[in-house]
Amino acid sequence: MRRRLKLAEKRRAAVELALKQLGKIICEQIENREFPWIMLQSRSTDNIVYDPELRQYVLGDRVIRRHSRNIRHIRPFTQLIWTAWFARELLKLRKTSTLREVYYSARGLRDIEFKSQDESDEIITDLETALNMPRESFNIYPEERSAIFGDLTIEYTVPGYEGKRLNLTEHPDGMMIGPALSTAEIVETSADKVLVIEKGAMFTRLIEEKAHKRFNAILIHTAGQAPRATRTLIKRLNEEHGLPVYLFTDGDPWGMHIAMVIISGSANAAHLRGLATPDAKWIGVWATDIIRYKLPTENLTDKDVKRLKELKRDPRYQGELWQREIDTFLEIGQKAELEAFSRYGLTYIVDRYLPDKLEEAGA
Amino acid sequence: MSETIYKSISPSDFFYRNREIAGFSNPSRAMYSAIRELVENSLDACEIRGVPPDIYIRIREISETGSGTSIYALRVEDNGTGVPPEHIPRCFGQVLYGSKYILKQSRGTFGLGGTITILYGQITTHKPVRVTSSTGGDIHEYEMMIDIVHNKPIILSHRVRANRAGWRGTAVELYLEGDYSRSMYRIYEYLKQTAMVNPYAEITFIDPRGRLYRFERVTEEMPPPPRAVKPHPQGADVETYRRLIAITGEKTMKGFMTRHFQGVGPATAEKFLQEAGIDPGKNPKSLSPEELVKLVRAAREFNGFQRPDPSCLSPIGEHLLEMGIRKELGLTDDDFLKVVQRRPSTYLGYPFIVEAAIAYGKTIERRLGRGIKIYRFANRIPLLFDESSGVVWKVVHKIINWGTYKVSPDSPMVVVVHVCSTKIPYKTVGKEYMADQPEVEREITNALRSIARHLRLYISRRIRLAKERRRLSIFEKYLPKIAEFSAKLCDREKPPDIKPLLKAVSLEVSEAESPLREVPELEEEA
Ligand SMILES: Nc1ncnc2c1ncn2[C@@H]1O[C@H](COP(=O)(O)OP(=O)(O)O)[C@@H](O)[C@H]1O
Ligand SMILES: [Mg+2]
Repeated sequence: MRRRLKLAEKRRAAVELALKQLGKIICEQIENREFPWIMLQSRSTDNIVYDPELRQYVLGDRVIRRHSRNIRHIRPFTQLIWTAWFARELLKLRKTSTLREVYYSARGLRDIEFKSQDESDEIITDLETALNMPRESFNIYPEERSAIFGDLTIEYTVPGYEGKRLNLTEHPDGMMIGPALSTAEIVETSADKVLVIEKGAMFTRLIEEKAHKRFNAILIHTAGQAPRATRTLIKRLNEEHGLPVYLFTDGDPWGMHIAMVIISGSANAAHLRGLATPDAKWIGVWATDIIRYKLPTENLTDKDVKRLKELKRDPRYQGELWQREIDTFLEIGQKAELEAFSRYGLTYIVDRYLPDKLEEAGA
Repeated sequence: MSETIYKSISPSDFFYRNREIAGFSNPSRAMYSAIRELVENSLDACEIRGVPPDIYIRIREISETGSGTSIYALRVEDNGTGVPPEHIPRCFGQVLYGSKYILKQSRGTFGLGGTITILYGQITTHKPVRVTSSTGGDIHEYEMMIDIVHNKPIILSHRVRANRAGWRGTAVELYLEGDYSRSMYRIYEYLKQTAMVNPYAEITFIDPRGRLYRFERVTEEMPPPPRAVKPHPQGADVETYRRLIAITGEKTMKGFMTRHFQGVGPATAEKFLQEAGIDPGKNPKSLSPEELVKLVRAAREFNGFQRPDPSCLSPIGEHLLEMGIRKELGLTDDDFLKVVQRRPSTYLGYPFIVEAAIAYGKTIERRLGRGIKIYRFANRIPLLFDESSGVVWKVVHKIINWGTYKVSPDSPMVVVVHVCSTKIPYKTVGKEYMADQPEVEREITNALRSIARHLRLYISRRIRLAKERRRLSIFEKYLPKIAEFSAKLCDREKPPDIKPLLKAVSLEVSEAESPLREVPELEEEA
């Protein structure tokens, strides 16, 4: 237990040091009568490339200079330094903050105040890029919360709970993946796989049906696009604990992409590593499942079709499975949501569909 | 002080029947014209005397006569030459009697304006005029009316008072029917613009509502008085030639030309007469009417004469004009103001000088709003009517492409143009606006273009300066925060000193503030 705590403490100290270092560089630049500046990897679209080796999006070689000598840069530059200071305060006080709270904390601060949360989110992303660390490492989290359920024991590292352990089957609604859970250490699990579900209703249904026992799985619910903390957790379960990951989403381009972001990362987090789980497998709902299981469907909208065509050209979708499914969606012009299974009665999904699909995926 | 010559030419009946040409067509216009005529006489008298004018104007409302119209008492008083007592009745009671029939620039010329004002007052109110004047000795006060049919003054009373205070000047007080509320704006504009070109004058005006307007004197300096000169052979008409022949003592045409005209030496006279086909030895008195017309026509075409002598002109001068404009527009050092005086030029044998100015800036925007405003002057008289028909409007709105000078149609800008000449090219008898005489038009255009080149530099410097200032203020805002939070970020007590950085930025601003480079004189268009 002591060892684990020390590990969390060490990680925190490393982040604090990086922040402190940033402040020192700026101070020294000013003392040398130099307008302060920092180097950042460029996040403009032409510098985002897909790395087939890493199987995720990464930033290219281009760097930019954020220079306070530049009249257009000085405001975001100032905001960046303020945000760095704010993050350091969070770490010092062992507090966390949501993205929205960061935006509100700057309210009323002259010359720093953000015009919108978009602006503060952007600055936080800048800070991530500059430090090469995800915002969660300096205690800033998004609002969206996803949940986890299953036989997994964790040990908290947050103040007041240090060393406290919890088994994640303890609460039948599942446990929220918040800052405390994200920073917790994984102690042990009896599960041999992770089943990731896009929607809350299906997650609850699976718990009720004791799917975790039936499939010996940890269940994770992403609530739409998976938050980064959730993606990090999935990755840790996969890489550090060797659990295969299966992704179960709506049968439409949007569900498909939720799966893909977990597997290969998203373009707007290309400056970060450690979020993608390249070995995760998308097991459904596939377009071919719609035909095979005669699922109730809806017609594809124009937007769906447009999105499918975009995905077809996306380098992450060049695999055989993806191309086949995209083509099938376009061919049948239909899509199916997870709820579609209710047509066959409540247990159909656990009794028939999932066992089939998991078996096919080699689980 | 110059010599004053008095003589009479013709009757007053004509003007009684045609008073609209003199500007008395309706009660509102009449009110404005009355003030203008009396004020101009006063300014002339002060300039002839060579003292900075002190002019006092007061209008009192006596009784209403109709919707908007009333009988007013108008009094204009000055510290000019004064009128010798024996001339007072005829100067103010006989049309076309005056002292300004010589060839030099003055405001009045026909012995008309003051008297027709009195005439107008008389026919609308049946009341006499009272003229009080002193040339330094006793004060003479006349009450009189005009015998319109005979163009003669009728003296009702003449009193002489001792002049203990040593007053010199003239006061005219008359009654007239007018419409003050409709002429108020014009009267104010007239006085303001008059003050603009006469910065050495102190003008006080009390209006019928009891409001006091003061246009203050900002200098004692006055432009040098114009000199009387002989006519130029090209600017003289057949009548002038005829009159000169009548009075000449010269026995030959060559002697006649040399003696009575400016800039004609014996050689030029000889050459000209030969070209005109007239014997230089011929006695001028024996010239036939046909020969006379031939002579005048030949003079117009002959180009061996010297340019007309401009010394009879009285331009305001760059310095005085600048003072006047600055004062009346209330310009600050931040506003742009540039005045130029062009070299003398001529048209049809008449000398003329163009003076022009452009003012530009925040003060104008605040006081007059945006857009180009034009002030026109002819022989130091403001022209207030028919702006869009005049030559200045044409030059400003049709000829000059302001875009070249970074000026847009809604820039806060004032254009001032003063033309002085022995003969202003008025387009109408009403003397309201100047015609687009090509030579005059070209001079005005060149004057304004040469100023506009300075203006362009000013404007681009403004733009740059504003940009630099904005930059500096941004650095002043953010650098302290950067210093503060970067220090806090690395646990330092004191933020690093940002003054050297700010200094580097403000250096750039002061560079932009450095004085204007002189504008290279570009070649002018013919
Ligand atoms: N305020 C005055 N002071 C001195 N002389 C004046 C004044 N007003 C008028 N006069 C004399 O009366 C003459 C006639 O004046 P006016 O009828 O206005 O004609 P003009 O001004 O055209 O000569 C002038 O030429 C001038 O000699
Ligand atoms: Mg007059």
